[in-house]
Amino acid sequence: MEHVFEHVTPFVGYVYPNETDFPWSQLIVIYPYITGLVAGAFVISSLDHVFNIKSFAPISRFALLTALCFMIFAPSPLLFHLGQPTRAFNAVITPHWTSAMAAFGYVAGFYLCLLVLEVWFAFRADIVAMSKARTGIMGKIYGWLSLGSDDLSEHALAIDHKVARILSMIGIPAACGLHGYVGFVFGSLKTREWWSSDLMPVIFLLSAVGSGVGLVIVLYVIVSKFRKTPIIDETMRGLLYVMFTGVAIVMVIEGLEILEMFYKAREGIETVRELIAGPIWVGMYIQWGMSVFALLTTSALLVLNVHGKRLVTWLFLSGLAMMIGVLAMRWNVVIGGQELSKTMKGLLTFTPELFGRESLFTVLIISICPYAALWLVTKLLPPWGEKIEPESRAFDVHKLA
Amino acid sequence: MTIQDKKLEAQEVPLSRRRFLGLLGKGAACAGAIVGAVGAGNALGAAEAGSGKHAYQQNDKQYAEAVNDPPKIPEYNWNDHQWAMGVDTTRCIGCLRCMEACKMENSVQMDANHNRTWVERYVYLEGSNTALIDSQADPKNIANAGSETKFRFDNRYKDAKVEKAFFVAKLCNQCEHPSCVEVCPTGATFKSKDGPVLIDTTYCIGCQYCVQACPYGARSFNESRGTAEKCNWCYHRITKGLNPACVEVCPTGSRVFGDRNDPESPVSLFIRNNHVQVLKPEMGNAPNVFYVGLDKEVV
Ligand code: SF4
Ligand code: SF4
Repeated sequence: MEHVFEHVTPFVGYVYPNETDFPWSQLIVIYPYITGLVAGAFVISSLDHVFNIKSFAPISRFALLTALCFMIFAPSPLLFHLGQPTRAFNAVITPHWTSAMAAFGYVAGFYLCLLVLEVWFAFRADIVAMSKARTGIMGKIYGWLSLGSDDLSEHALAIDHKVARILSMIGIPAACGLHGYVGFVFGSLKTREWWSSDLMPVIFLLSAVGSGVGLVIVLYVIVSKFRKTPIIDETMRGLLYVMFTGVAIVMVIEGLEILEMFYKAREGIETVRELIAGPIWVGMYIQWGMSVFALLTTSALLVLNVHGKRLVTWLFLSGLAMMIGVLAMRWNVVIGGQELSKTMKGLLTFTPELFGRESLFTVLIISICPYAALWLVTKLLPPWGEKIEPESRAFDVHKLA
Repeated sequence: MTIQDKKLEAQEVPLSRRRFLGLLGKGAACAGAIVGAVGAGNALGAAEAGSGKHAYQQNDKQYAEAVNDPPKIPEYNWNDHQWAMGVDTTRCIGCLRCMEACKMENSVQMDANHNRTWVERYVYLEGSNTALIDSQADPKNIANAGSETKFRFDNRYKDAKVEKAFFVAKLCNQCEHPSCVEVCPTGATFKSKDGPVLIDTTYCIGCQYCVQACPYGARSFNESRGTAEKCNWCYHRITKGLNPACVEVCPTGSRVFGDRNDPESPVSLFIRNNHVQVLKPEMGNAPNVFYVGLDKEVV
C-alpha cells in the first residue's frame, strides 16, 4: 500500500475523488493578500497626490514605495504555484481572453510600470539632489537613476508634480481594477458556491483597502519609532478616518454576502453551515473577531476624539488587527471555498505543508521579501522629505570603508 | 428483442480482439498504449523499470516520445464526427473494470486522488430519504482492497437493510460549453471539432484554474508532469475507430460510445431510445455524456 493517502486531504461526507488533491494552496491565499496590500497602500498615497489632502502628505511617498515593493512580489506566489513556471509567459504570449486569469500578466505589468513611473516622478528631484550630494558609486547610481534629466527649475518640478498626479489618478482605477479583478477570478467561478458571488470583487477590493491602510499605519508607527521621529497626529487622524470607513463598509458587505447565501438557502446550504462551523471556524473567528475589534476601536477613537499617544497605540493595534483579519478572510475564501466539496455533500480539511515548493515556508519567505525590499528602497530613496545633505549618506562606500 | 438487447447488439466491438492488438502494436507510441485487460505484463514491467514509481505509469521517456512524436492519425477528419457517450446506470454492477482500464490505458497516476473516470455507489438504507455515497477512493474501500491499485468496493452494506442501490459511472462530460476551456488562460485546453475537450500538455502552465472550474470534479493535476489531466475519451483510440478503453472493458454494456453523426451508432440509438439526462444541467455546461437512470441524489 505504499502510495496510499500520499497527499490526500481528509474529508467527511462525499467528495469527488479528484478533490482530495487540493488545487490551490496557501500560496493562492497570500497572492490576493499581497495585491490587496498594494491597492490599499496606493490609495493612501494618492489621497495626497490626487486629492491634495495635506494630512497624508508626510506618508504619501512612503505609501507609494510600499505599494511598489509589494507589487514587485505580487506575482511570485503564482509562479511558485504553477506546475510549469517556465511556461508562465504562455498566458501573456497567447492569452485566452475568455479566461479571467489571462489578463493577469497585462494588468500586473501595467500596474507595475505605472508605479515605477510614478515613483520616478515623485522622487526625481531627490534623485538629482542626491546625485550631486553623493560621491563615488552611489553618486553614479543616482546619476543613472535620474536618467540624465537633472533640471530642477521650478517649471520642471511643476511638470514632475503634474505627471505624478496624473499617474496617480490613473492609478486609482487601476488599483481598484487590479484588485476587483482578483475578486473576479474567484467570484466568476460558478462551480464553487462559496466563491460564486457578485459581491466577491467588491469584498476583495474593500478588504484590500482595509488591510493596506492597516499596513501603512503599522509601518508608519514602527518606522517612526526606529527613526525616532514624531508621529504626526493629523496624519494618524486621517488614517483613522480611512480605516474606519474601510472596516465599516467591508463588514457590512461581507455580512450581506453570508446573509444572502443563507437566505437563498440553495441546495447544500447545510454543508455551507457545517463548513463555517467546521474546517474554517478558527479562520472565521479570527476574521470577524479582528474586524469587530478594528471597528470598535476606530469608532471609539472617533467618538472620544482621541489624539496623541493613545491614538497611536490603538490605531496601531487596529491596523494590525485589520491585517490579520484580512489575511484570515483570504484563507477562509480561498481555502474554505475548496474545502466545501463541489458535490455539496462533503467537506475537506486542508492542512498546509510545512516545507517544500508550495509550503508555509515558501509563504513566509515570500511574505518577508516585500518588507526587505521596502527597507532597501527607502535607503535608496528616502521618502520622508528630509533635506539631502552629503553627511546623511546611506550606501556610501566611503562611509562603509 | 428489447431495447437493451438492441443496444448491446449495436454496441458490438468494432474490431476483433486480434486486429485490435495488432493495431496497438503499430501505434505503440500513442499516449499510454498499454492497454489493460490484454496481456499488459511486459509493457507493465518496462514502465515500472523506467519510472520506478507507479506500475502502469508511462515512464518519462515514453511520455516524451509520445509528446514529441505524436502518432499520425491517417484519414481522420474531425469535421466528420460528433462523439458522445451514454451511461446506463441500471446496468452498472460497480466492478470498476473501467477505472482500471482507464488508469492503464492513459497511464493515469495510480493513487486514489487522480482519476479520469470513477464510479459512485449510491445506497438508500431502509427508511432513509437520502443516499449514502462513496467511491473507490473512500479510505474504507482502499483499506479493504489493501491497495489503491486494486479497484474494489467493499462489502460494507452486507448486513444492512438496503432499500435501493445503484452505481453511477463518472468521467469528463466533454461539455458543449466547457467551463474548463473558458477559464484556461493559455488556451492549452480546447474543444475539438469532433467533441472531446483536449489538453495540450506541452503548453499547459499548470495553474489548475481548470481543475477549479470543472463542476464535475473531472480534472486532476499530474504533479510529476506539472500539467492538468482529464479524460479525453481515449482520443488516440477513437480517432482510429476503436472504442474508449472503459467502454471496451465494460462487461455489462453500461457504457455506450459512438458518433452522433451516424444515426445508427450505439450512442445515437441510446439517446433516441431512452429518456436521457445529463449531470448538473443548471451549470449550463451542456454535457455530452448522457445518463439513463439518474436519481435525485446523484451529485
Ligand atoms: S466535464 Fe469538466 S473537464 Fe470535462 S469538459 Fe466539462 S468542464 Fe471540462
Ligand atoms: S492547468 Fe493548464 S489546461 Fe488547466 S487552465 Fe491552467 S494552463 Fe489551462
